[in-house]
Amino acid sequence: MDTASLTTSLIAALPEVFLACAGIFILMVGVFSGARATHTAMLLSVAALVGALVLVLFGPSRAAFAFNDLFVNDGFGDFMKIVVLGAAALTLIISFGYIRREQLDRFEYPVLLVFAVVGMLMMISANDLISLYVGLELQSLALYVVAAFRRDTLRSSEAGLKYFLLGALSSGMMLYGMSLVYGFTGTTSFTVLADHFAGQAAAGQELWLGALVGLVFVVAGLAFKISAVPFHMWTPDVYEGAPTSVTAFFAAAPKVAAMALVVRVLMGPFGAWVEQWQQIVVFVSIASMLLGALAAIQQTNIKRLMAYSSIGHVGYALVGLAAGTEAGIRGVAIYMAIYVLMTIGTFACILCMRQKERMVEGIDDLKGLSKTHPLMALALAIFMFSMAGIPPMAGFFGKIYVFLPAIEAGLYALAVIGVLTSVVACYYYLRIVKLMYFDEPAEGFDRPVGREVGAVIAGTAVLVLFFFVAPGPLVDGAAAAADAFFAVAG
Amino acid sequence: MIVQTLCFYLFAAVMVASAVMVISARNPVHSVLYLILAFFNAAGLFVLIGAEFLAMILVVVYVGAVAVLFLFVVMMLDVNVAELRQGFLQYLPIGGLIGLILLVELVMVAGFVITAPEVGEAVARVPMPPPEQVTNTEALGRVLYTDYVYLFQASGLVLLVAMIGAIVLTLRQREGVRRQVIAAQIARKRSEAIEVKDVPSGSGI
Repeated sequence: MDTASLTTSLIAALPEVFLACAGIFILMVGVFSGARATHTAMLLSVAALVGALVLVLFGPSRAAFAFNDLFVNDGFGDFMKIVVLGAAALTLIISFGYIRREQLDRFEYPVLLVFAVVGMLMMISANDLISLYVGLELQSLALYVVAAFRRDTLRSSEAGLKYFLLGALSSGMMLYGMSLVYGFTGTTSFTVLADHFAGQAAAGQELWLGALVGLVFVVAGLAFKISAVPFHMWTPDVYEGAPTSVTAFFAAAPKVAAMALVVRVLMGPFGAWVEQWQQIVVFVSIASMLLGALAAIQQTNIKRLMAYSSIGHVGYALVGLAAGTEAGIRGVAIYMAIYVLMTIGTFACILCMRQKERMVEGIDDLKGLSKTHPLMALALAIFMFSMAGIPPMAGFFGKIYVFLPAIEAGLYALAVIGVLTSVVACYYYLRIVKLMYFDEPAEGFDRPVGREVGAVIAGTAVLVLFFFVAPGPLVDGAAAAADAFFAVAG
Repeated sequence: MIVQTLCFYLFAAVMVASAVMVISARNPVHSVLYLILAFFNAAGLFVLIGAEFLAMILVVVYVGAVAVLFLFVVMMLDVNVAELRQGFLQYLPIGGLIGLILLVELVMVAGFVITAPEVGEAVARVPMPPPEQVTNTEALGRVLYTDYVYLFQASGLVLLVAMIGAIVLTLRQREGVRRQVIAAQIARKRSEAIEVKDVPSGSGI
């Protein structure tokens, strides 16, 4: 690689390079500034994430392939990067007050999150099995640490340890699958793999059994990262044990990045073998939707409830992927963007659940919220209606955009099960609304809720509620994402 | 050529012997020391086949870091050797079985290489520079810092995150620790440190 191609490559990866340098800079600022280090580092991190977002949106035009084809830029990647960066910035903003109150204010917290986001961007732009793995590990390692960030409490340490052990197991499975794929094809590059498999399919040959086994292992490892059933066991414990601001982060940005990775791996190199992985995705999707709907019913802790809810939502997003068509991928992109909005809004409300200077996490603590905090109750009700998929909220459109392609692709059973489980899921979403509006008020939550949290709640609630007025930008963006992706893959 | 052969047998014999000593030595510290000896001899074998980079890495990483870490751990833990050895016979069948499977697999691999050498060629598709012109350190460096510079830098970030994580999860600011502040020591003046008292003769202070 000569200087010219290195320069092109660095410009192609400008958002990632900028964010990585910013992370190191914030680390230095944190080390050398004394008492106010955390506040400064948090502000700088939000600024860095927004800066990277601006670079993705308005930066110089970036080459499609960079770093010896290890890195790819396309419309799909840009769309997912925008969602990830926006989600990460918003979750950092809503955790300002939380980490100050809960004595978590160490400047390494935002630094680790910035590095996790760098890993996510690398995952989204991976065009090689090795760059996929390195990005994934960068993300996971930072997340293991922040899960255990409140190291003095048993639950947080347990969450970190559990996440670390199961994450290492899934990484091992994925590496094993990758080694099989490499062993049978002699390459790790997505581009070469896609050409190879497409040629094989065109010649009417069978997929090699070894490569197929490798594909299954890779999918299993990825399913762990998006916490899809049957690899979901860690999710409720980690979500409950980790500090709430960390849980909010876990539920938003990493989910999107991992889902983008699943789409990229399955539609990119293995795009020619849709019928091989379709049945796996259909099974994982049905199992996730069922578990998300049924297991959440008896939860009393709102963080656990959100964990099961996120498992269910992953199942719905996978419905679009199972279709394996351009419309399906557009559905996945739209669904993940809407999911992130709803989740961030809900977690912003959860972060306000404080009584007498202590965080509370019980669903019963929400009783009568409409009398004590009418606006927050209204926002939370909007998020719950949206998650349940009740029109005209955004969540309803998200579900339409994934179910329609599935029906067009002939996956009727999948779509019917999806609709049925979302009816079951309505029960626990609407129970929260019932608690807030029809039960006698319990003790109200502490005031004030914090200006930035209030702004995020209001903003996301308005977006979720009035999505139907102007769905254009998001739908067009997602369509462009799916289109660009197919152009590159095909 | 004869020197090479002699060296090979020397390194191989010492390595096998020290490997046996690793599991049979009574003192765990001796075990670790024998492990280091085994690593050094393995490095010698690597040099003999022209893989000098692997040899250096083996010495730097395994002897310099891993084995020294083992040594510290073994010396800090109070390991009771007699207790550890109690289950030796109990685990012998399963251990022997695993060893036997490994042996069979090794023989099979060697058999394939001898009987069907074309299987190995199918894997080696990556173009390699001719070994007469470049050393393997240079060849590795050339791809590592050019074709794979992205992964190289990304791995660096992973290690940085690991380091930050380890510090975050273990560093504690303890109260009442007296640290040496060299600047304060140097800046101390005679007037701050000592007091001259005029002691009248025949009585104490």
